[in-house]
Amino acid sequence: MSAALSRPLKRSDGRIDKSFLLVVFACVAIVLGASFVSPGVLSLGYLLQQLQIAAIVGILATGAMLVILLGQIDLSVPLTITSAAILSTSLAGSGNAALATLAIPAGLLGGLGVGAINGLGVAIFRIPAMVWTLAVNAMLLGITVFYTGGFKPHGAPPPLAVFFGHDRILGVPNAFLLWLAIGAITLFVLKRTVFGAYIYALGQSPRALFLAGAPVERVIVGVFALAGLLSSVGGLLLVGYANQAYQGMGDSYLMPVIAAVVLGGTSILGGSGSYAGTFVGAIFITLLSSVLSLMQVQDAIRQIVFGGIILLMLLVHNRGKFSP
Amino acid sequence: MRASAKLKISPTAISALLLAILFVLYIGIHPRGLSVYVLTIWSNQGTLLALAAIAQFFVVLVRGIDLSVGPMIALTNVAASYMVSGAPAHVAAGVVAALGVGIACGLINGAAVVVGGVPPIVATLALGSVYSGLGLLLRPTPGGQIDDALSDALTYDVHGAPTSLILIVVVLAALFVPLQRTRFGLSLYAIGSSRDAAAMSGVRVSLVTLSAYALAGLFAALAGLYVSMVTLTGDPNIGPAYTLNSIAAVVIGGVALSGGVGSPLGAVLGAFILKTISGLMFFSGLPPLAQPFFEGAILAIAIMLGALGMLRVRSRLERFA
Repeated sequence: MSAALSRPLKRSDGRIDKSFLLVVFACVAIVLGASFVSPGVLSLGYLLQQLQIAAIVGILATGAMLVILLGQIDLSVPLTITSAAILSTSLAGSGNAALATLAIPAGLLGGLGVGAINGLGVAIFRIPAMVWTLAVNAMLLGITVFYTGGFKPHGAPPPLAVFFGHDRILGVPNAFLLWLAIGAITLFVLKRTVFGAYIYALGQSPRALFLAGAPVERVIVGVFALAGLLSSVGGLLLVGYANQAYQGMGDSYLMPVIAAVVLGGTSILGGSGSYAGTFVGAIFITLLSSVLSLMQVQDAIRQIVFGGIILLMLLVHNRGKFSP
Repeated sequence: MRASAKLKISPTAISALLLAILFVLYIGIHPRGLSVYVLTIWSNQGTLLALAAIAQFFVVLVRGIDLSVGPMIALTNVAASYMVSGAPAHVAAGVVAALGVGIACGLINGAAVVVGGVPPIVATLALGSVYSGLGLLLRPTPGGQIDDALSDALTYDVHGAPTSLILIVVVLAALFVPLQRTRFGLSLYAIGSSRDAAAMSGVRVSLVTLSAYALAGLFAALAGLYVSMVTLTGDPNIGPAYTLNSIAAVVIGGVALSGGVGSPLGAVLGAFILKTISGLMFFSGLPPLAQPFFEGAILAIAIMLGALGMLRVRSRLERFA
């Protein structure tokens, strides 16, 4: 038990870890490198724009990180995003004032519910998260296809989603401010609460945590539910940003989000990782994909460079850490 | 960790029974009934996923996961659309070259995991992105050509037995002895059960793990080639569905994601179960828009059936292995 909990106690030792520095360095390198080709990259406007997109990736990555800390994975992120977005926009655009006010709460509750279903399958039925969340994703896809009839869903973006996803205060994107708030809460939960300690301990040894008398199943369900909630927040921000919901809107986020978490130094095996790492990881992934599209390289090259750089960074800071 | 000593039915037998029931249902509702044509189409579709599932099986067996199965299939399919046509000698060389592409991808995956020390899930995720980029670079839109004669020979039937079904049986038979009776095969299972114990017993863990990834590449290439035979073109976008379905197939077929448990037969049965479910949906008379939901729901139920044993475990501690 003490062995399992000794790592989380080191959570707040204030040491800046290597992967954090590596990612920060990579962020600076990528911006400076791109500025030789197009100087506009160094402008405040461009960088703030990146923070707005990074906020969406970052909030999604927050949920993914919590699940990965358990040593699990959530592959239902794409359709959790899409279904929360479609549910919310169709309520907001229904023309009924009462339903419209329910748009945001319903979207968030939907995400929470999907997350809870993920968690129940993993915690109670002990189904590997990788296949259970995949099955949940498939069912959600079925529901959204059935609901929209395969067409572009009708509806309007809820005003609150536009406020957070699109608007700015004094030039600073509200999405970024929301991310800072969510990040601060996550940091507090992970570092200062028993629930946070349970999350790390579960990733190290579920057996030890169970023997220590912790409500293991409830922690697993809780973390998956939180992750679902955060995915739906990301989905609603996307609605505000793009001013619409559409089928397939979440599909391109799964891989970058996992990459952001892992590049930030969170172990994919669970039990260790810092939120600061995830924070810079999300910014790096956003910058990388933005700079690649700025260079107007074709999609094929983008995918190759994207995968290659992620692998390269993992090789640099994972050397010897993992044995198959 | 056994649920109970009295009742032990092998997961493979359950999968086989499930497939038999689904198959009877499928033939029952198929408008054309049981015919060589229907059987051949069913078998061809199943074989595509079965080869992908065998690829996934080898990596899962050594406690890994390969998220680049789909991209490798797409890349070899695209490569084949350039190379598998023309004179017979050229066709043969093309097939070998396409298999080589798959093995090379598998070796790179294995090297990233074994030598580079990157966890399989992220290593194959990143490399999968590279492979699908390469496929897209080679052929931005579907096209190219595949040798007709070879395609005809592999996708029809031999005296009423679908060629693809014969191929799968041959593959399973060819894998049986190496996996069950040789040092290499037992090493694969040993690494999946306990890497440390395997290493201490003198298993060359790194080399065997690397070989498992290379074998995954080989079978992904076989799947890619068979896609070429069925579709007669190279399509860079076919990958994603194969990655996820190959994982679902091995799980349904009783291969443990925690490694060391399962067989290629299980993986193949899982793949055919999934494909038969899709086929059932197609002819079920359900509104087309409702089919994806039921497909997902049946996938979920099939996975939960496999998990039911867990609920019988009395000691809660036993659940947290």
